[in-house]
Order: sequence, then C-alpha cells, then structure tokens
Amino acid sequence: MRNAFASELTTIAGQNKDVVLLSGDIGNKLFDKFKEAAPKRFFNCGVAEANMISAAAGMAMCGLRPVAYTITPFITSRCYEQIKIDLCYHNVPVVVVGVGAGLSYASLGATHQSCEDIAILRVLPHMTVICPGDAHEVRSALREALKIDGPVYIRLGKKGEPLVHPCQPEFKVGRGIVVKEGSDVCILSTGNMLPTAVECGEELTRRQISTRVVSLHTVKPLDEQLLAEAFSSYSLVVTLEEHSLAGGLGGSIAEWQSDRIGLKARLLRFGTADAYLHESGNQKYVRQHFGLTSDSIVARIAETLSEQAGR
Amino acid sequence: MVNHLQAGLSVPLQNISCTTGGTTAQQPISGAKLRRIVIEQSKRAGVGHIGSSLSVADIIACLYGGIMKIATPDDPDRDRFVLSKGHAALALYAAFHLRGWISAEELNTFCGDGSRLGVHPEHLLPGVDFCTGSLGQGLSFGIGAAFAGRFQNSARRSFVLLSDAECNEGSVWEAIMFAAHHKLANLVAILDLNGQQAFGYTKDVINLAPMAQRWQSFGWDVHTVDGHNLEQISAVVNSLDTKNGAPHVLIAHTTFGKGVSFMESQIKWHYSPLNDSEYKQAMHELEGQA
Repeated sequence: MRNAFASELTTIAGQNKDVVLLSGDIGNKLFDKFKEAAPKRFFNCGVAEANMISAAAGMAMCGLRPVAYTITPFITSRCYEQIKIDLCYHNVPVVVVGVGAGLSYASLGATHQSCEDIAILRVLPHMTVICPGDAHEVRSALREALKIDGPVYIRLGKKGEPLVHPCQPEFKVGRGIVVKEGSDVCILSTGNMLPTAVECGEELTRRQISTRVVSLHTVKPLDEQLLAEAFSSYSLVVTLEEHSLAGGLGGSIAEWQSDRIGLKARLLRFGTADAYLHESGNQKYVRQHFGLTSDSIVARIAETLSEQAGR
Repeated sequence: MVNHLQAGLSVPLQNISCTTGGTTAQQPISGAKLRRIVIEQSKRAGVGHIGSSLSVADIIACLYGGIMKIATPDDPDRDRFVLSKGHAALALYAAFHLRGWISAEELNTFCGDGSRLGVHPEHLLPGVDFCTGSLGQGLSFGIGAAFAGRFQNSARRSFVLLSDAECNEGSVWEAIMFAAHHKLANLVAILDLNGQQAFGYTKDVINLAPMAQRWQSFGWDVHTVDGHNLEQISAVVNSLDTKNGAPHVLIAHTTFGKGVSFMESQIKWHYSPLNDSEYKQAMHELEGQA
C-alpha cells in the first residue's frame, strides 16, 4: 500500500503544484521519485509530529494542500490535539496518512501498533476516515481525499499486501465497493482485512453459504444506503477490521444500527480485543491471537448462522 | 510617527480601509486605549485573563497600528498573525474594534452567549487567522503560513505572539528547531516575557532563563526589546530582513498587568475578574494615561 501511495502522490504532485508532502522522518527511499519531481515540496519534518501537523494546518490555511505521513500511532495519537484543533476545528484540507496501521507493524510491539486510530479520529467533526483495502484503493483514496475541502485520514497497511481488485475500481468516498455478491451473509471489511474477507467469502461459498463481500473503505461518513440495504436483506452482517472492537468500523455500525428499528440482520463484529499483547510476534501471529484469521472468522460465522437457524 | 510614539504610545493608522460589514470607523490605536477596553469589557463580562491582556497591549497596538500590513482582514496577501497566547484575545478584539473591524455593539457581546468574541479567538471572526487557546501550537501555525508565503512568492510575513510560559510546551521547541533549520526569514516571533504563568512566576515553576540565549542557540535572529516601548518594537521589526536568513524573535520584556498598579506582577490577575472598586481604581489609573 505504501508504495502505491508514494507513486500516486508523485503523479498527483506533477499535476497539482499546491500539493506538499510532509514526512515524520519515515519513508527512506520511498519518496525518492517525489523528491526528484518536486524537491521544494518535500519536507522531512523530523521526529516532531506536533509541529508537522500544526505547520500543515498553517500551510493549508494559506492555500496549499499538505499531505502529512508517518507511522500511524505517531501521526494520530501522539499529535491528537493538533489534529483536533488545528485540522478539524479549522476544517482545513490536510490529508493525514498513517502507515503501518492496525497490526501491520505488529513485530515492532505495542508502540508501533495502532488499533485505536479509527476510533479517535472518527469522533472529530469534519474528519473523513478512509481505510483502503488494497493498493488500487490507496491510489483512488488519495486522489479523492485531495478533492475534499477538509481534513482526511487515510489508514494504510504496509507493503506487499495482495491486490484484491483486478484493476482500478470505481471509488467514491463514503460508498462501499462490492467485491463479491452473495445472498446469505454480508461481510463488510475495512482496510487491510479485505484479502481475508475475500478468503472468508470463498470458503463460506464452498460451504453453500452465499456470501457478499464489501470493501467498506470509508468508515466516516458511513455508506448508509449500503447499510440499510444490507441490514434489511441479510440475516447476518459481519464487520472485519484490524482495529479494536471499540470504536472502529464495527462500533460505528453498531451505533448506526442502534438508532434504527426493524432491521432484520444481526451484527457480528471481528476486530482486536480490549487488551494489549505483551509478546513478540509478526502480523500473522497477532491476528491469530485476536481471532482474525479466515479459519476462525468462517467458523464463527457458520456457528452464528446455525444458532440463528435453530432459534 | 516618532512624535506620536513619544507623546503617548499612539501609532497613526496608515491608509487602512476596511470592507468587513457592520463595523465602525477606524481609530488610532494605542496601548492605553486597548487597556481601557480590556478593563471595561472584562468587568462587563466578569471574566479574567486581564493581566495577560494588559501585558501584550502595547505589542498588539504596535502590530495593528501599522507594523503589520493588513489592508483588510480577508486580503490574501496580508501579513498573518497568530496570537499563540490565545487567552489574551480581549486585547486583540480591542485592536480589531479600533481598526474598525468590529463594532462597539459587537465588542459588548464579549463572552456572551452566541458571541463571536469568546475567551479565546475564533477564526470565523474576520481578522483572526488561527484559533488558539491550546498553548504551544501557534508558532507551528506561523511556520506553515511562512512556508506558504515562500512557495507563493509572496512578501507577506508571519507574526506569532507567544507567552514565555508557553515555552514549557515541547511543541514550541519542535517549531523553534524546524523554523531555524529552514531559515524562515519571513517568520517573526514576539515573546511576551512577563515572567509569570497561571499559578506562579516562571522562575519558580520551570525556569526559562536565559530566554534570549536559548533561542539564539537554536539559530534564531534574536532581539531584546522593551515590550512597552512601541518605538523600539517598530524600529526592530522594520529593520528585519524578512527575505533571507534566520527567523526572527523579539524577546519583549513586559510587565504582567501593565498600566494598573495593583495588577502589575501579581499572580492573582491571571484568572481573577474585577470587583467594582478594583474596576473604578483601574479605570481611574488608565484615564490618566494617554
């Protein structure tokens, strides 16, 4: 995802001279082409994220289009107040890009993991939250984010994630993308869980459970039309995210659901628990720990459907 | 101008026009006029932060009296201003009123329900470039504005007024390092060195001395001034090279609560509002000032 981000941003910078890139001392070599193409519009802001966000706000208020990039916890929770006041309260067009979100950098430990960023950013007025599902979605998300006249958060994984879409999909902020159609279960995935969601869909289909898979890349604003349709057409709606169960995509949809009556579907959420992991381990290991593998997800979905059928 | 300054700290306006609706005629700005408005409005609204506003009244009078080039609050090429110590907003509103940007009626809504004039400045109010109130962010705002000016080949400058205690915040030092590294010559910081913070003297809370040497060691062009001497402040700002070289800081030695004898250098007047007798005495003292 991060390579697609750097490549697309370089292309966009060639087309829009107001775009500037601020990096928090991260992305060695990643931005070489950007620096070649727009040397005066790249700033390594050093390990000083508070200044980076406030300076981006100042730039945006004077007509520039800053994109600020570093590892997720350092560009979200460390400088949260700057995001709240400088970006959201002023409602300025700054794109905040967190790389290594969720458990992408699991092996680096709790300091580099980020399972709360969606929750804390989506509660801020004016903020748009986009979690692209693959590299194609990253490119589209960045282009669309730079058209929004307000702050946007883009949540990236790392590099080398499988491509889900065969080509650049039609992408609109706030509108989910149906990856696979099905009629029994609807899986709503956000961010880098999309390949797992597709695996789950395929396995469930093999088990004669017709499964729709949606990339719900925008957590805020929610695609309410898609949700209304899903909750009225399916008996089970499932959310998948590499984020805490509290406050992420699943939490957001649970809030939406609780404000409505007469919905048919039950909501089943998959995410990380309200706990830190005090062990070393790579992304695959930590996903297993939190039950975020396709095997465990499929098993729980099948079990839930059985329970529903037996009622 | 010098005669005006020497006579009574009053800076004549320089061909200023205003397009903001609902405003009054512009008036000459002086520190004494700002102080009277600060006392009147803080008494009417029953709020504090009086000493901080009085501390910067002369600096704000100087900036809005002619140093900053702001033809109108919405002129894209205006100099930008960040009141990083947002709790002194009342002094800023007073300057806006004297510039004719807000009417006397609106000034009288200060801190009222539905008013645009809150305790801290709100950017929807024409003239306020950046919302402040959370200390430690204004200098970075100024950096962003200065960078944008550089990109856009604009001669506009970026002024930031900080408090000394604000330098307790680590983010201020992030900004100090960054601005010096990038040689933001069009960035002018003014540090209100009154030696006080909410609940103590800075030397007792977190000692900030020697302030000028600290900024200098970080690569800034440092000037020490009397923060109540408009002539001196004007002369220094007008001498700055805002096109090339290091960013600039004026270490402005000020007196907290300046102009009201019983408030000067007293911690109480960070938060405390005025009672009737204090108000009468303060106004009596200020009436005697030009």
